[in-house]
Amino acid sequence: MFAYTLRRLLFAIPTLIVISFIIFALLDLSPGDPTANLPLTIPPEVREQIRIALGLGEPFHIRYLLWLQQFFVNEPLNILEKLTGLTFGDGDRMRVISWQTRSPVTDLIVERLPQTLWVVGLSYVVGILIAIPIGVISAYKQYSWFDQLGTLFSMIGFSVPTFFTGLLFIVIFSVWLGWLPSIYDTNLRVTNLETFWQQVRQMIMPVMVLGLANAAQLSRFMRASMLDNLSQEYVRTARAKGMRERTVLLVHVLRNSLIPVVTVIALGIPTIFGGAIITEQIFRVNGLGQLLITGIQGADIPLVQTLTFIFAVLIVLFNLIADLIYGMLDPRIRYE
Amino acid sequence: MRLTNILSGAAAAALLASAWAAERGSDGQVNILYWQAVSIMNPFLSSGTKDVEAASLVLEPLARFDQDGQLVPYLAEDIPTVENGGVSEDLTSITWKLKEGLLWSDGTPVTAADAVFTWTYCTHPEGGCAQLPNFGDVTSVEAVDDLTIKVTFGVPKPYPYGPLVGAQSPIIQAAQFSECLGTRAPECTDANFKPIGTGPFVVTDFKANDVVTFEANPNFRDPAKPAFATAVLKGGGDAASAARSVLETGEFDYAWNAQVEPEILTAMEAAGNGEVISAFGTLVERIMVNQTNPDPALGDERSTAAHPHPFLTDPNVVKALSLAIDRAILIETGYGAAGRMTCNLVPAPEYNASTNNDWCKERNVEEANRLLDEAGWVMGSDGVREKDGVRLSVLYQTSTNSVRQAAQALIKQDWQAIGVETELRNIDAGVFFGGDPGSPDTFQKFYADVQMYANNFDGTDAEKYLGDWLCSEFPRPDTQWQGGNISRFCSEEFDAKHAELAKTAGQEARSKLIIELNDMIVNSSSFIPLVDRGRVSTRSNKLGGVIMNPWDSELWNAADWHRVE
Repeated sequence: MFAYTLRRLLFAIPTLIVISFIIFALLDLSPGDPTANLPLTIPPEVREQIRIALGLGEPFHIRYLLWLQQFFVNEPLNILEKLTGLTFGDGDRMRVISWQTRSPVTDLIVERLPQTLWVVGLSYVVGILIAIPIGVISAYKQYSWFDQLGTLFSMIGFSVPTFFTGLLFIVIFSVWLGWLPSIYDTNLRVTNLETFWQQVRQMIMPVMVLGLANAAQLSRFMRASMLDNLSQEYVRTARAKGMRERTVLLVHVLRNSLIPVVTVIALGIPTIFGGAIITEQIFRVNGLGQLLITGIQGADIPLVQTLTFIFAVLIVLFNLIADLIYGMLDPRIRYE
Repeated sequence: MRLTNILSGAAAAALLASAWAAERGSDGQVNILYWQAVSIMNPFLSSGTKDVEAASLVLEPLARFDQDGQLVPYLAEDIPTVENGGVSEDLTSITWKLKEGLLWSDGTPVTAADAVFTWTYCTHPEGGCAQLPNFGDVTSVEAVDDLTIKVTFGVPKPYPYGPLVGAQSPIIQAAQFSECLGTRAPECTDANFKPIGTGPFVVTDFKANDVVTFEANPNFRDPAKPAFATAVLKGGGDAASAARSVLETGEFDYAWNAQVEPEILTAMEAAGNGEVISAFGTLVERIMVNQTNPDPALGDERSTAAHPHPFLTDPNVVKALSLAIDRAILIETGYGAAGRMTCNLVPAPEYNASTNNDWCKERNVEEANRLLDEAGWVMGSDGVREKDGVRLSVLYQTSTNSVRQAAQALIKQDWQAIGVETELRNIDAGVFFGGDPGSPDTFQKFYADVQMYANNFDGTDAEKYLGDWLCSEFPRPDTQWQGGNISRFCSEEFDAKHAELAKTAGQEARSKLIIELNDMIVNSSSFIPLVDRGRVSTRSNKLGGVIMNPWDSELWNAADWHRVE
């Protein structure tokens, strides 16, 4: 298992280098000009000077190698310096700088990560907590009214986009009822019970919008996997041994059915880091998704490049983790 | 009896005034929403209006424009003119005096050296300063003494109020930015996020592309202002929900740029929490009329001066097209509070706006038909006018945008009513305004008979803007299709008058010339004005002191904002 993990990790290195090159090339080839958002009154010569000041005057391969150095050497060294308090070399290194804000990209990401983890991460947990019971009961009582309702719920979750449910929630809970704030206050510090309650109130809507969408998908997986297992021979054996229906269902069938679902959940975790672009935008949560969308709108290539690459790293990593969990949950699978 | 009335009235007014002007920081927090989030607080490195306006809470220029486009001294003692000796007789230099006793928010004095440094900072060849045009033709900025700044120009400047005036060109602190010149500019993250300024507020926390938190500047020159102790400028989301947060949910006091369909905005306003406010600057949605022939058969000489347009060079035809348009409907359906009628190229400020062309305000189909009949265009059997085998048929292009496509459809109907056939076309905005000389679809190439878009100019002085209509400014193959004279309008009289404007100082004399130049364009066959497009924002009923300003930052007078209960 260890040798397998090591082999997979080593294999990830060339994969990631190829991915970083593809992202860089795609962004470079795509139309988009960091000066395009400037007012029409700014003359072309000034635009050209701004582009050169941003480093766009260099040829493609130089910019790519520079980014590689900044991302793989300078940034890790900086993090190491911050953690250990030591200084390596002269401590003055060119970092990956965002064109829009002229500040280091990693600082922006670090600033936004907590919100994304809280809001999008929590919505994932909520989604799982809703999806598993629905999936289990729907499968156990297949074609009952509960199953029909569950199917309806997941169809709605699949087909209604979050930008619609988000707006609907705002209109109902903020405009009509006035219960919840429609705008996420990112300056809020939780210091006492009152601010904690405020934090909960402002998180309810984004978390539920995303949680419902997640639950819809996972509950379908859960139901299908339960149905597969319920018709297996070992279920009949368990019942024949005189086990209680509860034990059969929740210990034997549920555990076995969770194996594929856990993989789906693990593979979905990188999307948490990707944030939920639309939902964050609607509720003005300053997460990574919103950072990515402002970067794309402003043609902020270093920011978009770094963010997408970090997502790529996470996806490769969680693919590996999903494979390893699979092996742990299912003793029949062994990697040698 | 009358005297007591007056006295008690005056007392009440004084009470009302003192109720909010009492002391600094007495009104708590003001919440401002910009749906385009602020990226940076340094307008010299900024990429848009949102950054310039956010910075205007902190950084101030020597003078700003007020809501009527008049200069108001901010850091300067007064506005230099030729009459008061502040502007030299030969118009090549302007001397500003700083107010005495001005302090930066860190407590150090503001001196002329800061102004000199600001110029050095922006004009550094490797800095990529976004506001460089404001320092055009400046050869030097000197500190004559601690409070006197002398700006010298390489050419006579009858309008010398470009450098260090307005929201785009504030003064930054030399001490804070001295290590940030040229290529080092982006490395000064702290200075770019939390500049030290002279304005009513100081940045306490900056979250890029999200939210900026301010507190009242303890060293602000007016000890009673600002009324708010803190300010929060939140960003992100979209225009409609920003307007909703002020008008419907009441979570914010002020939301910038309510670019929302008029009927949605009206419905939101009905909730009664706030109001939609607008102010009109120089942005005019217009139809440009090609004076050259865009016929594809001409090959490389399409839309060049070599071939005049077969019928659109006749002022009567174009006047008929203009008279046939129902501008009131265009405004009602597409712009609402964001549009008002105009018949000018230079619609504002008030003192530069001509009133000689108001015939265009009223739709007049009979007059339009009469003009066409008179010009010899005879109605054909298919409802399209003809003359000498030429049909009155135009290709009408614009950028892809729902408001513009709706306007195109309405205007097509209006023109049908006077026997003009219209073919509509829309082009992606990125291509249309992209200026790529290799693309046939740019607005500069103008491979169509008429095209619609909006344009404006910075500040209040129209000289440079009117300069786009000179004969030499034709976009053409040998300029890589660059150039501002999109209609290919050419008149020697206009060129001469524009040259005169470039030598004339003094607002009144300049206004007279600007109005004459404007009238020449509007009455030519090259231009049909449609709508004067304003800035629209939303304000909560609980926020007082807001004066919408189309000439400077919308937050220009934030020091006077206060709470109304």
